Amino acid sequence: MRIGVFICHCGSNIEGTVDTAEVSRIARDYPEVAFATDTMYACSEPGQDGIIEAIGEHKLDGVVVASCTPRMHEATFRNTLERAGLNPYMFEMANIREHVSWIGKDREANTNKAADLVRMAVEKLRRNQPLIAKEFDINRRVLVIGGGVAGIQAALDCADAGLEVVMVERESTIGGKMAKLDKTFPTVDCSSCILGPRMVEIAQHPNITLYACSEVDGVSGYVGNFSVKIKKKARYVDWDKCTGCGECVEKCPSRKAPNTFDEKIGPGRAINIPFPQAIPKKATINAEYCIKLTKGKCGTCEKICPSNAIDFQQQDEIITEEVGAVVAATGYDLFDWTVYEEYGGGRYPDVITSLQYERLLSASGPTGGHVKRPSDGKEPKNVVFIQCVGSRDKSVGRPYCSGFCCMYTAKQAILTKDHIPDSTSYVFYMDIRAPGKLYDEFTRRAMEEYGAQYIRGRVAMVYPDGKGNMIVRGADTLMGRQVEVQADLVVLAVGVESAKNSPQLAEKLRISYDSYGFFMEGHPKLKPCETNTAGVYLAGACQGPKDIPASVAQGSAAASKVIGLFSKEKLKSDPQTANVDIKRCIGCGKCVLTCPFGAIKEVDFRGQPKAEVIETVCQGCGICSSTCPQGAIQLRHFTDNQILAEVEAICRF
Amino acid sequence: MPVLNGRELRIVGFLCNWCSYGGADTAGVARFDQPTDLRVIRVPCSGRIDPLFIAKAFMNGADGVLVSGCHPRDCHYAEGNYYARRRLEVFKQFISVLGIEPERFEYTWVSASEGQRWQEVVTKFTNQVHTLGPLAPIPEVALSQLAQTTGTDIREEA
Repeated sequence: MRIGVFICHCGSNIEGTVDTAEVSRIARDYPEVAFATDTMYACSEPGQDGIIEAIGEHKLDGVVVASCTPRMHEATFRNTLERAGLNPYMFEMANIREHVSWIGKDREANTNKAADLVRMAVEKLRRNQPLIAKEFDINRRVLVIGGGVAGIQAALDCADAGLEVVMVERESTIGGKMAKLDKTFPTVDCSSCILGPRMVEIAQHPNITLYACSEVDGVSGYVGNFSVKIKKKARYVDWDKCTGCGECVEKCPSRKAPNTFDEKIGPGRAINIPFPQAIPKKATINAEYCIKLTKGKCGTCEKICPSNAIDFQQQDEIITEEVGAVVAATGYDLFDWTVYEEYGGGRYPDVITSLQYERLLSASGPTGGHVKRPSDGKEPKNVVFIQCVGSRDKSVGRPYCSGFCCMYTAKQAILTKDHIPDSTSYVFYMDIRAPGKLYDEFTRRAMEEYGAQYIRGRVAMVYPDGKGNMIVRGADTLMGRQVEVQADLVVLAVGVESAKNSPQLAEKLRISYDSYGFFMEGHPKLKPCETNTAGVYLAGACQGPKDIPASVAQGSAAASKVIGLFSKEKLKSDPQTANVDIKRCIGCGKCVLTCPFGAIKEVDFRGQPKAEVIETVCQGCGICSSTCPQGAIQLRHFTDNQILAEVEAICRF
Repeated sequence: MPVLNGRELRIVGFLCNWCSYGGADTAGVARFDQPTDLRVIRVPCSGRIDPLFIAKAFMNGADGVLVSGCHPRDCHYAEGNYYARRRLEVFKQFISVLGIEPERFEYTWVSASEGQRWQEVVTKFTNQVHTLGPLAPIPEVALSQLAQTTGTDIREEA
């Protein structure tokens, strides 16, 4: 074998703390290395051309590039090799940037370490085999999990491109958090007026199948061919018959059920239709509060329903859908602000969340759009907004900024003035974060045109004054003094956290999530809507706090990724799969049992059982390789011999 | 290259591609300073790691071995790290039989977002190995006895 080694400077990123010329000089003495050099930017066009040239000139048949992480540029250089006429898998990378130059300043130690990493790559490459990718068919259907604005956008974009879309929504209606909003910043246009038509489109689009009140139960398969189990939760109403007339809701005697759509501030019913524009507009029974289901009596809805849709016998149902790609758009939930004892911890009715306030402002909300405070129905004159409740607060484990609270508070201050012209809004804030188009102008308007009083400082305490109002005591750090504001209503700008059960869903999808439960993107900058699992994409706040425009943009981006994936005739499988040496295989079947993907089957070979790998199903984890007692099943490119060669390369010297 | 005398020891890391290798990358991107002793071998999944690899590393002169994978429940391959956890725990119990201090071997879970945690893990483990100092060569007698009793000779060439 004739190996070429290229040590990248990465400008000064590597060269700054690694003597790349010295590393390439050392590499020349490594076995089978025919050529070694250092290069300014290996990934640049001249850099790649240099590699191609050297391959021709020195008749190389394998290449090692020592530069950044293979998670960044492995694909780039494999293409380079292919362009030079080599098999793209005759390539190895040594990570001397993230793992060397960026984590230490000792030039001697770094140079030494870089030389070691190059040696490991050379030793591994010496044992590489040329690999050829296999092709397989794609099921051109896409699953969208979550029917909020991001999921709606992704679903409509895919459906308009001609793809079949399956949408799964946990709640009984799509629309997500946006459907609960009264107006949106910075244009103050009506939220349901802009979202409503898109929701209707979801319902009416011939390419979209909607499962509301359903959850993803399990996912198996791989890119191009996923099999998804969807649990249709029992709703005790036959939705094929329900017309959404709402008579049952009016007559239901169980009035203690929480109205989740109105964020529990309005009256609820055991049978409910969330809101007039709900899609699908169907009734659902809350089994916990239904008198018939809990006590066996009542059945008022059953008697009154004109279309005989009530079905108390209904059970959860599991259905299976086959798709080729998945878009996760599961959104966010609100931080549980009741941990803030200083704000009353949920004990004071007139201390509410921003989303509850949104329902009070909304014409379809429990007060019909007239702002009335929950305790006595009085119209508040002094409204105090407290920012960063569950955001930027390490003490409650939420050190991150939720991103859009500053903006919706400005909007709510403006709307408060619109609803109650003689009212005053006070906003206690840490910093104002308004980095979007027309955002800063919008917060300025709230202050300057609508007279919102912005006070920079944290609130120390909220307590009742005994006369039916609240006192908000905090600091004004700009004036350097304590302030107390008498408030009729206190609105907490409650922060964002990952949607409930996000980690569980991530595990089903085999994608990563961060310590807060947000799904991990493929790359923080360059792959914002991909995941590390091929065929699974992200849209909206499930990946991190996001406002509506960003969620919509990411929804479209995820859709374009799906469309791009499906535009290929066939998909190429990664050829780094397991392979059975039939002579060594004793047919014990351990690999068949341990493979998480069912990619190994037992076959009969001249009367003896042997393992066989289904290459397009194999995902290349190598669990089978370390399970096999005979060393008969080896993961290509990560064989025992290759890994041990790397071990020796560093330990023997 | 030989270790830098008196400054470094030989530490081998086996990292799964999806979580811990990514975590080490994240630590690099964030410029979290780390000791330079560790050399990382990338494997697709912690479930790919055969305890034999670790034994071989020690036999070949490693002073410490660190294995890191995805957090349990968060495996890219659904369940590979469960297999890893079982194998590695058993191996950790067994390692003193070879005459190697169990503290020379650790396995841990670091996700791709946990750059800071990776820095802490590497620093702590490196210091731990430095406290123990270089590993004395494993006596031939121990290895041949082991080969006799287990039927596996880890001295065999790869």
